[in-house]
Amino acid sequence: MTEILDGILKAFELIFSGDPRVYDITLRSLYVSGAATLIAILWGVPIAMLLALRNFRGKLLVKGVFSTLIGVPTVALGLILYLVFSKGGPLGFLSLLYTPTAIIIGEAVLVTPIVVSFATTAIEAVDREIMNLAKTLGASESQASIAVLKEALNGVFLAGIASFNRAIAELGVALLVGGGIVGWTEVLTTGIELETARGNIEIAIALGIILLAIVFGINLALSIIQRRAIWAAPSS
Amino acid sequence: MGSTFELRSVTKVFDGITALNDVSLQIRSGEILTLLGPNGSGKSTLLRILALLEKPSKGEVYFQNEKVTDRNMFRMRLESTMVFQKTTLFSTTVYNNVAYGLKIRKMSKNRVNEEVGRALRLARLEGFEKRQAKKLSGGEQQRVALARALALNAKLMLLDEPTANLDPKNALIIEETIADANRELKTTIVMATHNMFQAKNLPNRIALINDGKISEVGTPSEIFGKFSTTLASFAALENTFAGTAKLMGDGTTLVDIGNNVQIATTTQKSGSVSVFVSPEDIILSEDLIVSSARNVFKGRIVGISDFGSIAKLRIDAGKQFVVQITKRSFNEMQLNVGSEVYMAFKASSVHLV
Repeated sequence: MTEILDGILKAFELIFSGDPRVYDITLRSLYVSGAATLIAILWGVPIAMLLALRNFRGKLLVKGVFSTLIGVPTVALGLILYLVFSKGGPLGFLSLLYTPTAIIIGEAVLVTPIVVSFATTAIEAVDREIMNLAKTLGASESQASIAVLKEALNGVFLAGIASFNRAIAELGVALLVGGGIVGWTEVLTTGIELETARGNIEIAIALGIILLAIVFGINLALSIIQRRAIWAAPSS
Repeated sequence: MGSTFELRSVTKVFDGITALNDVSLQIRSGEILTLLGPNGSGKSTLLRILALLEKPSKGEVYFQNEKVTDRNMFRMRLESTMVFQKTTLFSTTVYNNVAYGLKIRKMSKNRVNEEVGRALRLARLEGFEKRQAKKLSGGEQQRVALARALALNAKLMLLDEPTANLDPKNALIIEETIADANRELKTTIVMATHNMFQAKNLPNRIALINDGKISEVGTPSEIFGKFSTTLASFAALENTFAGTAKLMGDGTTLVDIGNNVQIATTTQKSGSVSVFVSPEDIILSEDLIVSSARNVFKGRIVGISDFGSIAKLRIDAGKQFVVQITKRSFNEMQLNVGSEVYMAFKASSVHLV
């Protein structure tokens, strides 16, 4: 028991003394997950717009696949990406394995189903007449689609936050394609794993506290935004 | 001035249902044309085809003697604009709503400011610029939608039941704004309505539409002057009844509309007529009250529709009447389907057509 208390105290010391390694890991985590989320939004939102606004054969199947992939085990995805990025793999020539870039790509793939599914639902919830309205005001097909997307912005924002949440808290992909190399690809989750295995419990706890604080902070922001969204909704 | 917009033998079929059946219609430059017909008669479909939102299954649309095709559709759409029956607004400020179409047309910021100001003045919404559009009342929201359409200065403005489900005050402002726009900006207007009284007061020309076909087109006096069989068949029009009028000695006319219902009116006429009473002109009470109203009927509520600040009740008094009251009165009177009520309206608010 005293070991844990001792660990917590030392963890706070590390956090508040500005320990360079703890800060380095935290910043890398934020950067990697943030970049992964942005990439997922960049390619996920156009897919969501196609799924929500266009009719084509197999649309339901595609939607089903994306919503199923939300729950993909990170270790399984990590393993697949490891095989893709490793020397003998199809993208081995890029030498991306064990780089932050590999983690960014891997986490972007991981959270894309979240972005696509959430954003599709949000765009589908927009009044169908918004598209027609924009057209009667002179908008082209693509301008009208953007008008619809603007109406769904709250939902797309929520999709982004949920994606960031998932990216920063996952271990499997970061470990398998990043390798958790100290000072190079180490992020909060792999850091916790590594330091716990090494017996450096206070560093593991410090990283754990930071990770929890980030996740709690995001969820708090999320609930505030949702409440605002409810308030902003028309009363009728 | 010739015809600027034209439908030639337009048929529109949705999932096997024919919404428009071989309709040809010429819209003259600068006129107000009212499409009068019951719900489901094809008015909205006709407007949506003119707005180039729907393509005809058969037939052609011409804008200024040029046939509308897939290739010129985007350019043609800039010539017209539409206000929907169900108010549709962007989730942003009144200013941004009204400015949307102007920004699409890449106008300078000063021009946009000017045009938004002008349109808001026309719709009597000065000072509303920074308000969130969706937080306004139903009537104000529809006025924002109207201002947004007016701002564009489009040659053709399409209005789909713009005053349906609005309180009389906002409905009047919208009607006056439409008349102003037509007079001052020379905007050509096509408006759908199922309110016969509105059709009679506003337009230069009326097109009667029923079952996806236009049966008659003419001036109000041409349409309402003679007893129109089409008009009489519009059973779905609110408070419109066909009947036989008889002149009474005291200067009033008594119209027998069947089922032992006789309506008194101050208009003098005899023979076959159509009678119309505006739903907001009927006073509702729980008990029989002594008043100057010549027409008093006892009836039972058979339907209630909620439209935000107002409620519309269907009342069976031998014939079915629609009565519009404020939501507040509705709540205070604790009315329900099945409640017995008295309807009263003055002989002078009965219109013969």
